[in-house]
Amino acid sequence: MLSQALQFFFSGLTSGAIYALAAIGFTIIYNSSGVINFAQGEFIMVGGVVAVMLTDAGVPLPLAIAIAVAVAGIVGLLLEKLAIEPAGNAEVVTLIIITIGASIFIQGVVQVVFGKGQRALPPFTGDKPILFGSASLLPQSLWMIGTGALIVLMLAWFFGRTRLGKAVLATAHNRLAAQLVGINTRHVLAVSFVLSALVGGVAGVVSAPITLTSYDTGIMVGLKGFVAATLGGLGSGAGAVVGGLILGLMEALVAGYVSSAYKDAVPFVLIILILFFMPRGLFGERVTERV
Amino acid sequence: MTGVNEPLLEIERLCTHYGRIQALREVSLAVPRGSLVALVGANGAGKTTLLRTISGVQEASGGAIRFAGADITRLRSHARVQLGIAQVPEGRQMFGPMSVEDNLFLGAYTRTRAQGESAIERVYAMFPVLKERRAQPAGTLSGGQQQMLSIGRALMAEPRLLLLDEPSMGLAPQLVAEIFSTVVELARSGTTMLLVEQNAYAALSIADFGYVLETGRTVISGRGRELLADERVKQAYLGM
Repeated sequence: MLSQALQFFFSGLTSGAIYALAAIGFTIIYNSSGVINFAQGEFIMVGGVVAVMLTDAGVPLPLAIAIAVAVAGIVGLLLEKLAIEPAGNAEVVTLIIITIGASIFIQGVVQVVFGKGQRALPPFTGDKPILFGSASLLPQSLWMIGTGALIVLMLAWFFGRTRLGKAVLATAHNRLAAQLVGINTRHVLAVSFVLSALVGGVAGVVSAPITLTSYDTGIMVGLKGFVAATLGGLGSGAGAVVGGLILGLMEALVAGYVSSAYKDAVPFVLIILILFFMPRGLFGERVTERV
Repeated sequence: MTGVNEPLLEIERLCTHYGRIQALREVSLAVPRGSLVALVGANGAGKTTLLRTISGVQEASGGAIRFAGADITRLRSHARVQLGIAQVPEGRQMFGPMSVEDNLFLGAYTRTRAQGESAIERVYAMFPVLKERRAQPAGTLSGGQQQMLSIGRALMAEPRLLLLDEPSMGLAPQLVAEIFSTVVELARSGTTMLLVEQNAYAALSIADFGYVLETGRTVISGRGRELLADERVKQAYLGM
């Protein structure tokens, strides 16, 4: 009984880590632009797909991982430079629709280059489960949870300690004041797209051995990341992490105690409840729309 | 042409539009080096728009802005801060959740860390209360303290030109006096300033030179004291 619960807990934490990283990606871009970036899932997919293609081509795993994350970052930069920036002072809704278009475009390109099949990345350190009583944990799950925690710490350092990080935060808090102290806010927007694409790329790479990867994996994980970000309160970094973990755990519990057929329904039922009963999420502050 | 007599800031026939609505209609004015110039006028006259256009957060649709002899009309806002134009915006515009000290250091964003360190000591000496509250989120300060922080943040850039937008707005009379004495002190130390105020009497009595802005046009200009004595100004803005 207890070991079964522990098993669900492990599995929830594993997928929760990925949802948390996806939610952090949404949060970073939302804060600096007010845009919900629906191409966020594509960053995750690109990270996984590129890593798989490179390892299949014989590139050593660590190098493949590094290149895959870098490619995701470049995709983020290109998205900002080629699609968001040319739109200028367009309305936020327009920008959101642009990200949906970009998402479909990226999926199309990957479908042509990578094919339609599902492939997996080899686990980083073998696939021999670690036993806790009768509950077991894959080493790759530890990689996912550990990497997630490390990224959260690195982002906390970036936003709390570095000049550039504080400039990004300042732009999120008050764009006008940021411009008036001499922060190049357009540059900040590019930084936040790259940053969130890098976080997505890492999430894609560490999860690819467990979840498999294909051109369309980004859709579901992106949507779930969005639900996690909304649950935590859009714009809150801590909320994104907590929201991701809660969503992962709820999915695992429903899959375990009810039926795994309903697993994917959890986030969608949840988002309806959130929007009805607590639209600000757990840690959200803003009620007014930014203009 | 960089003569000593050339004004630090020179605005020529500047126009600004919000969509199809024209907010500034060929405004011309000059701010000589080391002087305090006041810009007064009613609500909606275009005072804030003028400062926004000088800082580059609002696009000019015509005319020219020259700063220290160079045309900056098309420069982006961060480049103008680098040249030495800082603004204390209307409504203080704090980075609310960030600490007082973070707010101040962000004011020195275009400068080196060492320059920021020495600037912050001067700001703390000027406003000791900010030093006491340096770890507190800026949003939790009182209105007067936020105004001090907003001025302090602009001074962190050690600007060659300081633009002040309604620094007395919404403050208790005692704090208004305090803010004005800070402005006088800055003027004495040689800071070049363009001060926008609805409180026309207070602004014109400390200014070297004044302009009256009405529906996007400069309608009257003159030495600060002369404007105070001007019948039109008295009637329209001083309630006399």
